[in-house]
Amino acid sequence: MSDVLKVGTYTFNSRLIVGSGKYKDFETTKAATEASDAEMITVAIRRVNITDPGKENLLDYIDPKKYTILPNTAGCFNAEDAVRTLRLAREAGGWDLVKLEVLGDMETLYPNVVETIKAAETLVAEGFQVMVYTNDDPIVARRLEEVGCVAVMPLGNPIGSGRGLANPFNIRVIKQRANVPIVVDAGIGTASDAAKAMELGADAALINTAIAEARDECLMATAMRDAVRAGRAAFLAGRMQKRAFANASSPTEGYIWD
Amino acid sequence: MSDNIDIQLNGETQSVAAVNLAQLVVELGLEQRMIAIERNLEVVPKSQYDVTRLHEGDRIELVHMIGGG
Repeated sequence: MSDVLKVGTYTFNSRLIVGSGKYKDFETTKAATEASDAEMITVAIRRVNITDPGKENLLDYIDPKKYTILPNTAGCFNAEDAVRTLRLAREAGGWDLVKLEVLGDMETLYPNVVETIKAAETLVAEGFQVMVYTNDDPIVARRLEEVGCVAVMPLGNPIGSGRGLANPFNIRVIKQRANVPIVVDAGIGTASDAAKAMELGADAALINTAIAEARDECLMATAMRDAVRAGRAAFLAGRMQKRAFANASSPTEGYIWD
Repeated sequence: MSDNIDIQLNGETQSVAAVNLAQLVVELGLEQRMIAIERNLEVVPKSQYDVTRLHEGDRIELVHMIGGG
C-alpha cells in the first residue's frame, strides 16, 4: 500500500525528518542520517567563518541532490530575522521548502507564536513553502494553516529536552482539525515517543537531539526509523478499544471438564 | 593596498581589494562553496555578483549551511 507523505508540492516515502545539529563530527552526521532512511534533513544558516574558508562543510557530507534540505531559522527571535535568514537560504541552495521557527526566549526555547505568524505571512507571500514550528496549541495551529503553511509542527516538549510528548491530547486535537501534515517537532527522546506521536496520528516526526546524543547514533537512527514506521502502521491499522476488565483471548467453551 | 576599501563583513570591519561581490567571493576563497550574500539587508542573487559593486561601509553578510535541528 502506498502511504506517502505530501508536504506542499513535495512527496516523501519516509515520515522521519532528521536534524543535522549536535553531532560530534560530519562522518557521524552522515552515517546516522543514512541509517535513519530520512529524506528530509534540517540545516541552520550561519555566517561563514571567513578566516578559515577551506574548512569542511556539512554539505560535503549531506548531499543536497540526495536529501531534501530543510533550512531552518533556529536562533531567530523575531519575524524579520527569520525572513532574512530564509531569503538567504533560498538564494544559497534554491530551496523553497523551509522550516520556520521563531523563538520566544533562550531558556525555554518556546516559540513566539505572534512573530511566527507574522513571519509565516511574509514567507508565504514570497512563495516559500513553510513548515512551521509552533506550540501544541490547536488554535495557533489552525491559524498557521490558514496563513498558508504547508505543514504545522507542534512541539512534543521543549527543544532538546527529550521529555517525550507533554500533551498527547493536543497533538491529537491538532491533527483531527488539520488539513495539512502535522509533524511532531521537538521533545522526542526515544523510540517509544516517536511511535506514540505517530499512533496519535502525526504525519511525521522531526528528530535531532535524541539521535545525535544517543550513545550509538546510528543504532538510535534505525530505532527511530522503525518506531516511526511502527507507529504509523498502528495508526493506520486502528487500535483496539481499551476495556476496563479482562477479556479472554482463548475460547470460553469446549473445556475438557464440561 | 591603498585601493582597498573597508566593509562590514559578517559584523567585522574588513579591508578588501575586491571591487564587486564576485571578486570578494574569490578573494575569500569561497568560489566552490554553497553560500549566499546579503548586502545592506538585501539578498543579492548570484547572477548579480559581478555587477554588484562594493562601497565603503557596505554591510555584507556571507552565510552558509551548518548542522542544525
